[in-house]
Formats: sequence, structure tokens, C-alpha cells
Amino acid sequence: MNATAQTEVIKDSSMLLQKTMIAENYDALTSVQETGKKVSATFVPGNLNELVMCFDMLNNLPEINAINNGMRKKSGMMVMQAEKMGHSEDVCTYVKADIGSMSRGNLAPNGKPMPPPDLLLLSYTGCFTFMKWFELLRHEYGCETAMLHVPYEGDGVVTKNMRDYVVKQIKENLIPTLEKVSGVKFDIDRLRENLRNSARAEDDFVWVLESAKNKPSPIDAYFGGVYYIGPIFTAFRGTEKAVDYYKALRKEIEQRIAEGKGPITPEGDMQDERYRLVVEGPPNWTNFREFWKMFYEDGAVVVASTYTKVGGVYDLGFRHDPDNPIETLADYCLGCYTNRNLSQRVDMLEKYVNEYQADGLLINSIKSCNSFSAGQLLMMQEVEKRTGKPGAFIETDLVDPRYFSAANVKNRLESYFQMIEQKRHGARSAA
Amino acid sequence: MKCFIGIDLGSTTTKAVMMDSNGGILGRGITNSRSNYDTASKVSKLEAVVSARLELCSRALNEVPEMKGKVDELLAALERNFRLELFLNQLDDLKQTCLHNAADLRHAEIGKELAAALDETFERMKNKLSGLFAPGVERKSDFFRDLAGSVYMNQAEEVAEEAGLPFDVLINIYDKSIIETENRPPAEDLIATFLRALERIMDDEGDDLPVDPQIIRDQVRNALEIELEETYVVGTGYGRVRLPFPKEHIRSEILCHGLGAHLMYPNTRTVLDIGGQDTKGIQVDEKGIVVNFQMNDRCAAGCGRYLGYIADEMNIGLHELGPIAMKATKTIRINSTCTVFAGAELRDRLAMGEKRSDILAGLHRAIVLRAISIISRSGGVTSEFTFTGGVAKNEAAVRELKILIKENYGDVTINIDPESIYTGALGAAEFARRAVEA
Repeated sequence: MNATAQTEVIKDSSMLLQKTMIAENYDALTSVQETGKKVSATFVPGNLNELVMCFDMLNNLPEINAINNGMRKKSGMMVMQAEKMGHSEDVCTYVKADIGSMSRGNLAPNGKPMPPPDLLLLSYTGCFTFMKWFELLRHEYGCETAMLHVPYEGDGVVTKNMRDYVVKQIKENLIPTLEKVSGVKFDIDRLRENLRNSARAEDDFVWVLESAKNKPSPIDAYFGGVYYIGPIFTAFRGTEKAVDYYKALRKEIEQRIAEGKGPITPEGDMQDERYRLVVEGPPNWTNFREFWKMFYEDGAVVVASTYTKVGGVYDLGFRHDPDNPIETLADYCLGCYTNRNLSQRVDMLEKYVNEYQADGLLINSIKSCNSFSAGQLLMMQEVEKRTGKPGAFIETDLVDPRYFSAANVKNRLESYFQMIEQKRHGARSAA
Repeated sequence: MKCFIGIDLGSTTTKAVMMDSNGGILGRGITNSRSNYDTASKVSKLEAVVSARLELCSRALNEVPEMKGKVDELLAALERNFRLELFLNQLDDLKQTCLHNAADLRHAEIGKELAAALDETFERMKNKLSGLFAPGVERKSDFFRDLAGSVYMNQAEEVAEEAGLPFDVLINIYDKSIIETENRPPAEDLIATFLRALERIMDDEGDDLPVDPQIIRDQVRNALEIELEETYVVGTGYGRVRLPFPKEHIRSEILCHGLGAHLMYPNTRTVLDIGGQDTKGIQVDEKGIVVNFQMNDRCAAGCGRYLGYIADEMNIGLHELGPIAMKATKTIRINSTCTVFAGAELRDRLAMGEKRSDILAGLHRAIVLRAISIISRSGGVTSEFTFTGGVAKNEAAVRELKILIKENYGDVTINIDPESIYTGALGAAEFARRAVEA
């Protein structure tokens, strides 16, 4: 489309490391015929990677595949392919990109075909589309499906009953199914070891996220954040590799703080932090860099985002706990951002605006996301009321390029930035 | 004198406002955006300068005691004659461009006949169009393209038939030439044109003036000689990035509309702007600072262009829609939010025998309903409400808006300024003034 021709993209070493890790997982997935490994497909929120690894299985995340295809400008054709097959324009575009990709050979970024899953591990954490998505995949692959039903935090609390219910399902349904599919016996000590790694990585990850409280922020917690969440939200949580990655990332950010640097952008370090924003909603992937540029070229840094919590809300205190291995998995799923109700989300956003000293809240509402777009305007108005900081609302889509209207998004963002500026300086401002 | 200029480069029209150091409006200018913001910007600025000159002439003539009560009439005549001069020049430019393009095209075998036909067409056009600037004549549009276009089509068709020439060739020549012509802003000396216009008036009415014509000549000449210094320019609107000045001179149209509405009506707290492709609901504070806004996303159904499309579908002028809709005796319900589907609904209702006026009333209501939804998303209406943008000139849209605002928010003051199309440019001019004076 209208991608700007940029000769060289500047990346930090952590970003390159992250890229290598994700590529390694694709290589592992596309060579199961040689290695004989079994594949489990699952979603980012409610991802039970520590458990899956206990059975020597690989983790394939269809959302990540869709994002990859979106960023590589391949999702548009896939979405249209799915529509040709009869899926409506309003269906989640992650789903359509996945289905469209399957009918186009389902190639991984390394050009090799993705393996069919041996297990569809549906950890249901608030997004009802997940269920329908896997129903479609089950129809396609006819493989074993295990559903972990995680009760929604409708009242904003997790009761003992809810937790017991999830624990019971993991013990009585999930683990036996994983054993059956993989042929590997469950070893709880292996799980404990994985969880221990998770917790270590999570500590460093939270440190990195909270580094945005510095002024200037050394990170962009949304656009940069999607790189930082990569390993821990996907097939690496619970691995030594993830521990090492977050250690290295933390060092890198410590260095940035020491040097008084702002966040990395594709065009180098951001020089002048003018606006600090909290963002709700996923980024647009098809025009990711163009979207990012609209922020950094105006000096806007995202200091906190809810999207970087969809794979686990670690900054509010949760850590995977090796001493209570099954219970901790239940707590993890119950506490996912996607499983939280509107008032919990508002509380989080309010906390972020205050604690990260943000200038306001921006909502990027997703056109094809029926689960999470509902209620977002109310959330914005409530956060505005509580914090006294201005909010703004834009709409794009996940991986359907037809719903990214650059001129409109830019117009709204510029208006928002200028509005913040104007509010800062009062009526006599020329800004 | 110091002048501060705001330019609003909209998707349909480009507006300019010129302001003095005290925040007084000197002049306003508007032109069609013609997919060429550079020219649109130049032309709208030029129009604002013309309007500023007239304002300065007015101020100067009002200094002459004998002219009391006569100034407006004289100025109206001055402007008409000035516009006629400009128009005739532009018409001549169009003619020359057409002749050039006719020679350029692949019609060598009928080259001579074409040139003769064009000569004849333009001669007839000139006769038809000169009357346009006579006193009391209402023009359907102020844009050269609109005025010249329809008359050319009629005259060229007649001439082509008489001369046995293919009409479509004449259309092609025109289509190519009008773009070139309108992208060439009038380059001539404005002051000389004004003076020529003044002399025309003096020739016609000099004897009827209450003072020595020389006094008027001197006052007008003095006003024309005041140097208008372009102190600071601020741009806004979709074409803003095309403006040849740095980022600090560019403001979002949301801020400009908010401030512009505040300047016109200081008690305004909510602004609705319906432009060509945007509908904006803006909340401002007591200083005109924007506190919240919502706009249509991804889809421009319900914006000004919607009306343009409907007018095309019904083969009537955009300006005629409102008056026809005002004659409605009932409002036909139009469900579709999609502009194209609304066109289909329109044809369906027509086929079912519904009256044009009733259907149009429904279409206006559909637009306003979309706007009301955007207003409520931005925070609703709590106090004084100001309606701006091109659609605010449409009386049927205004009527529906008043009804719906009352239904939803009770009795609130609704402001609609006849010059509301300039709201964004006015805000931009004030930003320009504040950049220097504040």
C-alpha cells in the first residue's frame, strides 16, 4: 500500500534477539516432520506454555501468525480469501487471516508450511471469538480439542469457586488430554521448574514496563512494548531463553536510562518527549510503522498500555508460583486482561494515567473486535472524569488493511496532541 | 498594516480569513479545493485580500460625511464590477486555453472549424454571463468553474449542432482546459482592476454621487494603497500538509473550529461541524479550548459529500436540496447510513411514488441523526451550541438539527452564523494573531 520507503530500520539488540527467538519457534514448528514433535495451538491470553512444554510439545499461536502476516503485508489477501469463503466483513480479522492463510498453504514466515495442530488447546479467557475460531479449526483439522473454561470476572473478583473450577479442569481434563496427545507422562516438578523461570522473567519484564515512569521514558510501552512482550506472551514463557532475554532487555533499558535516552524508534532514539500517553486496545498491524511514526514524529510516547497486558497482568503483582503450580495457572488465566470486566479495566487505566504521569488516554478501538470494542467509549469518559486528563478515540483494525485510514487517524492524533498542548498552556497559547 | 491569515483547506472548499492586529476580520475568501491545494490556498487568500480591500474601502468611504448611508451601495457596485472584470479575464484565459488545446489535439482536419466554433461559443457565453454581475442577480455559485461550466455546455452544444461538429470533442477540450485555467490564479494587478471597476461606476453613476467623484477616487485609492503585510499564516484542514510553511504554522481543524466558534459566540460549549467528509462534535471550555471531540471514523456517510452525491443522483444543484426539502409535508424514513445505498433507497422511494421533497427531508434527517450520534459520543450538549461547516448553510439540515437538539437536550441556544463556513479559517487566523501578538 502506501508504505513509506525507508532504507534502514533502526532496532535495539533486544529487538533483534526477540526476532531470532520468534523465528526459531517457527523453524521448530515447520520441522516437526523431522523431529516428530507434537504441536499444540493456543491463544496468547490464557497461554499455558509452562504446561505445554511439560509434554515436549511445541506451541503455535494463531494470533501471532496473523500479526506476522499483518506486519509483512500479507494479511489483506488472506482476509479477502476468507471473505470469499463466506466469512462476513465484520468477523474478527485475526480469524479471517488465519483461515485465509490455511487456504493459501499456511506458510510460516520462513516459507515452509505450518504443521497441522495435534491439539487445539482452547484456554477461554474472555474473548468469545476464540471459541468460534477453534470450532472452525477443529472442523478443518479434526484434531483433539481441549477446552479450559475460565469464568469471566464479571463482578471484578475471583472467588474460590472460580479458581477451584479452573484447577479441576486442568487436573481432570487438560493434563490427561495432553498426556494422551503427546504420549508423555506429566511431571509436576518439570512444571515447577518452568514456572520458576517464568517468574524470573516476569520480574525483569515488569521492571522494564515500569521504567516508563521515568522522564523521559526510556521505552515506548506500546509500539516498543509489542517487541518486549514477544517472548513472554508466546512460546518462550517458562524457558531459560526468556529469562536471558529479559535480563538482556533490562540491561539495555538500564543503559538507556543512564544515558538519559528516550525510546528507540525505527528512525533512531526519540529526542524530545512531548506527550506521554496511555493506550487501550491493540495496535494496527498492517500499517504498524506508519502508525508508530504518527506518534514519534510528534514526540508522543506511550508510557503504558493495556495491550502489553493481554498475555498476563504482571505489573499488578501476579507472578507464576512454582509452589502452587496448578493453582497459579488458574490464577494466571483468571487474571488475564481479556478476562477482566469494564470497571477493572477503567481502574487499571486510571492507575496508569496517574502513576505514569500521562497526559491522557488514547483508545484505539478495533473495527472487527466485537469482544473488546464494546464499552470503550464509556471507559474513556470515566477515565477522563477521574483523572481530569483528556481522552481521544480512534478506530483502526488488527490485520485488515482496508480499515486503516492513515489520513483520518493522523488527523485525529494531531488534533489530540494539539489539544493536550493547548490545555497545558491555556487560552493564550499559540499552540 | 499587519495581517494575520488563517487558511482552512477543506476537502470541498478552501477558505481564508484575514484578521487585523485587534482581532477584527478584514476579509474572507473561499474557493473550491479542486484537488490542488496549492492553487486553492493562493486563490482563497487572494479572495480574502479582495474582501479585505473592500473592507478598507468601506472604512475609508465612511470617513466621508456626505457618503453616509450610501457606502454599502457603492461598495456593492464596486465589488460587482470588480468581479465582472476578473471573471471576463478568466473567461478569456479559458478561451485561449481551449483554442490552444483544440490546436493541440488530434483534430487537424477540423482544426479551423473548431477554432471558429470556440470563438462563437465564447462570444455567446460572454453575452450570457456578463449579466450575472448585474445588480440584484443571484448567482448559483461563486466559483468560476460552476458559472462557466453549465453555460459552456449549453452554448457549445448549440454551436456544434449548427456547425455540424462533434459536441464531445468540444466537451473534451473544455474538460482539459478548465482544469488548467482554474489552477492558474489571476496574476494581474488587483489594484488596477479595482480602479478600472471604480471608473466603470464613475462613468455610469458619477453624476448621481453626493460628493465630488475625485474625493471618492482618492479615498478608494488610499485604501487600496495600504500595504497588507502577511505577518503570520496558519493553515488547517485536510490539505494542511501541502502548505508551504513549517509545522508550527499548522493547526488541527478541531482546534480551529473550536476557537472559531468561540470567537463568534463566546458562550459556545458544543460545536458541530459538518464538512465535506468529516462530521465533528467538539466540546470547548469558556476560553474556546477543546476539551473533547469525536469524529466520524472510516466512513463519511452523513457528511456534506452525501448531499453532493444525492444532488447528483437527482440531477439538481447542491444549493437546491435544502429549499426543496423545506417544502416537504412529511419525512420519508431513510435507513441506510451508506451514501450509495441511500441513493438506492432514494430511487426506490421515487419509484414508489413518494414526493421528491419528502424524500429529501428524510435524507436531511438521516444526516443530522448521524451528527447527533457523534455529538452525544463527544459528551452531548449542555449549554450553548454552535453549528458550523458547509452544511450549516442548508436550511433543511438546520431545521432537522433544531428539532433533534430540542428532543435530545431540551431548549438550548443554537447559533448558526451565515459565515459559519469560515469558522475553521477564523480560528486559524486567531491562532496566527496570537502567535505574534500574544
